[in-house]
Amino acid sequence: MDQISAVSWPKGLSQVPFHVYQDPELLHQEQRLLFEGPVWNYLCLETEIPNPGDWRTTFVGRMPVVVVRTETGAVAAFENRCVHRGALICLDNAGNSKDFTCVYHAWRYDLSGNLKSIAFRKGVNGKGGMPDDFRAEDHATRKLRIETISGLVFGTFSGATPALEAFIGPEVAAALRINASRKLQVIGRFTEVLPNNWKLYAENVRDSYHASLLHVFFATFRINRLSQGGGINVSPNGGCALSTTLAPTDAADTSYSDIRSVDDSLRLSDPSTLDAENEHGDAVRQQILSIFPSFAMQRTYNVMAIRQFIPRGVDKTDLNWVYLGYAGDTPTLRRRRLKQLNLAGPAGFVSMEDGCIGNFVERGSVAAPDGVSLLEMGGAGTESQESRASETAIRGFWKMWRGIMGQ
Amino acid sequence: MNTEQLNRLNAEYAAAIDDDRLEQWPNFFEADCLYKITSAENLRDGNEAGIVYADSRAMLADRVLALRRANIYERQTYRHIVGTPRVTGPDTAETPFLVVRTMRDGRMDLFVAGRYRDRLRNDGGTLTFRERFVICDSSHFDTLVAIPL
Repeated sequence: MDQISAVSWPKGLSQVPFHVYQDPELLHQEQRLLFEGPVWNYLCLETEIPNPGDWRTTFVGRMPVVVVRTETGAVAAFENRCVHRGALICLDNAGNSKDFTCVYHAWRYDLSGNLKSIAFRKGVNGKGGMPDDFRAEDHATRKLRIETISGLVFGTFSGATPALEAFIGPEVAAALRINASRKLQVIGRFTEVLPNNWKLYAENVRDSYHASLLHVFFATFRINRLSQGGGINVSPNGGCALSTTLAPTDAADTSYSDIRSVDDSLRLSDPSTLDAENEHGDAVRQQILSIFPSFAMQRTYNVMAIRQFIPRGVDKTDLNWVYLGYAGDTPTLRRRRLKQLNLAGPAGFVSMEDGCIGNFVERGSVAAPDGVSLLEMGGAGTESQESRASETAIRGFWKMWRGIMGQ
Repeated sequence: MNTEQLNRLNAEYAAAIDDDRLEQWPNFFEADCLYKITSAENLRDGNEAGIVYADSRAMLADRVLALRRANIYERQTYRHIVGTPRVTGPDTAETPFLVVRTMRDGRMDLFVAGRYRDRLRNDGGTLTFRERFVICDSSHFDTLVAIPL
């Protein structure tokens, strides 16, 4: 693909030129300015690294990163790259170690990512070895600043990133607290390899307008219709959002009468799939929260899931799903989660459609780099709105993206 | 229960899916079956959730109904290549498999490698699944898993 480095934007936030999903050069700029810039990158759950020495590997944009519980019980994170020759320091997804030793030349790091020792530093028999003025303490890995909220670990490389709670805004923070009101437990991990630019997925999780139109399951079974109560909250910086759908009322709803996604003749042979418990004593039926740049968390009935999207190339994204329950789930509630999870993930009655839709955009717009995606539902701003028939949160994403990228 | 009976069951099962006779797929299972698609890593870590989890034959029928009438995905077919079953107990077996997926535009990929871990009911030589765990070698899936494995 040709490189298009000079991105020209229409005025306002309501139009996005397609080449921002297509330009390979932008991916490099995003790595430097955005993922390593003033944002909070989701790293892992605290419950995944409970004990000193527990670590997991993940990514900040394309950068490999290690997240670790140190001897003091604090969480540290650093670039997973040996300062010597650049090899990965940690090779697996997770583990427990006293320290880290690069396999290539046995350079050793402590749990915080500080270089502690170098094999044959003084050479052999007085010959070879490192220069006398080499100081290990001058060669630490690149470290992230860490903040946690509701059991979620986030990291940033920039000193300019505001405090995490100010960054995500009060509504997203309140929703996270409800999700984490009991001890979280991972009950499944799967990855969907998406054939599209990561930003198309970031838009999709903020797109409350599409959910009941693309997804027959949502509309037909009244899990999520635009005519149900709820609303969309956008953080002051634009980048984070909370979309809430409340339980339907008993009133007849004719607003979808001509729309494909409602099929009243569709009946489940085993309706127990959608039997839900009201866990939190509220009227919320579905909630999707998103944190810029690449994190979303959903609650749909008794489904709880984290989605982390990692760019693998300009047109390839790993969507990491982490399915969650609470450690104290009754067997009945746990089984409900397992059954309702048929809605989510790579084979989800709802989520499988989000898996392919980004690629439909990629293929539809391949010859239209200067064409634009229209985002005019619900006005031109990025304010919170009562109606979810709105693209306000997607405009919010672009407000933050453009601010950080200087475009 | 012997290898020949298992081979016959697996061949019919694969043909029902690959020939797009999905409505017949639930009939290979008991009414109160358990069908789950998971991965070796999730199994090792003790994670209970699957990407598909059905604890009744009716849930399997609902999945077929959803694929036929509700879900949006591009036209595609599978070709299951099922290996030799290994009898692991009086009513259990494990069988390796590969699935090649062909998309409507002709793209063809090795989609999933894995093994079936089965618990069976033997009714006078006719086998049905009490449990079929589809244990994929990888936890990564290209785009989506629409058709059952």
